[in-house]
Amino acid sequence: MSNPTELTHAPHRDDVGARMGMWLFLFTELLLFGGLFLVYAVYRHEYYSQFRVAALELNLSIGALNTVILLTSSLTVALSIGALQKGQKHLSVMLLLITDILALAFMVNKYFEWSTKIHHGIYPGSEHLLNLPDGQILFYGLYYIMTGLHALYIIIGLVFLTIVLGFVITGSVNKDSYVKLENAGLYWHLVDLIWIFLFPLFYLIQ
Amino acid sequence: MQEHHNNETHQISYSTYLLVWVSLLALTSITVTVAGVHLGDYTLFVALMIAAIKSALVINIFMHIKFEDPIFKVFLGISGFTLLVIFSLTFFDYIYR
Repeated sequence: MSNPTELTHAPHRDDVGARMGMWLFLFTELLLFGGLFLVYAVYRHEYYSQFRVAALELNLSIGALNTVILLTSSLTVALSIGALQKGQKHLSVMLLLITDILALAFMVNKYFEWSTKIHHGIYPGSEHLLNLPDGQILFYGLYYIMTGLHALYIIIGLVFLTIVLGFVITGSVNKDSYVKLENAGLYWHLVDLIWIFLFPLFYLIQ
Repeated sequence: MQEHHNNETHQISYSTYLLVWVSLLALTSITVTVAGVHLGDYTLFVALMIAAIKSALVINIFMHIKFEDPIFKVFLGISGFTLLVIFSLTFFDYIYR
């Protein structure tokens, strides 16, 4: 057992174990969203034409813009881990700040998108929506639940990343011990992954 | 990884990350463009295939699965398989009801 950490008399730690714990948690999240995607799949199968009509109301450019924002934020968080590994602390902090800003930009877009919908009387339980056919009510119900839950994940991820950003600044997450940053990054990538599927399923039904 | 240094990770170069990011953006523009073309029944299939390729890039490179211990890949495979089983059983029930 020649573990190099014993030589530097560091306290016991197991980064692989920490990452595995994070992955196991991510799998439970995957199953949670999997259930929602299953409901979506069955209802899309049953109300295909009405889903198409309802989806035309969604703003494709905001959806596409948010996709680009999330993909870019995934890049910046991955780069910030790389920068910290190389000991470039300032670069790492900058990249995490950019990630935070991109997450906020996503939420601002979401705010405008949802407020436009609500302004048009499309929100769960609204009079306008309840007069539409069943398939369209289901589409918007799923739209609000799934993108809403995803938005909640964005907020959680933003808080998670900001806390770790604090750790990086104070130095408790550093070049030699950065598993917290890796795990925050993993969570952020999961949020990105979910959006990779939400985007075509809601915005790109022709 | 080779000698199993429990607290070391494989380092990926900045250019690899940037390349993956560019590919992800390219795939996004392809999926948006393809959605405008009438492919009938294949629309959903094509959209999901592109989403799957994007996921594979994010999981392998951004999430480092490619460089993790094999057990991570086993777990990932099991959870993906579980989802597949849930979807298949539900649709089997739903379609032949």
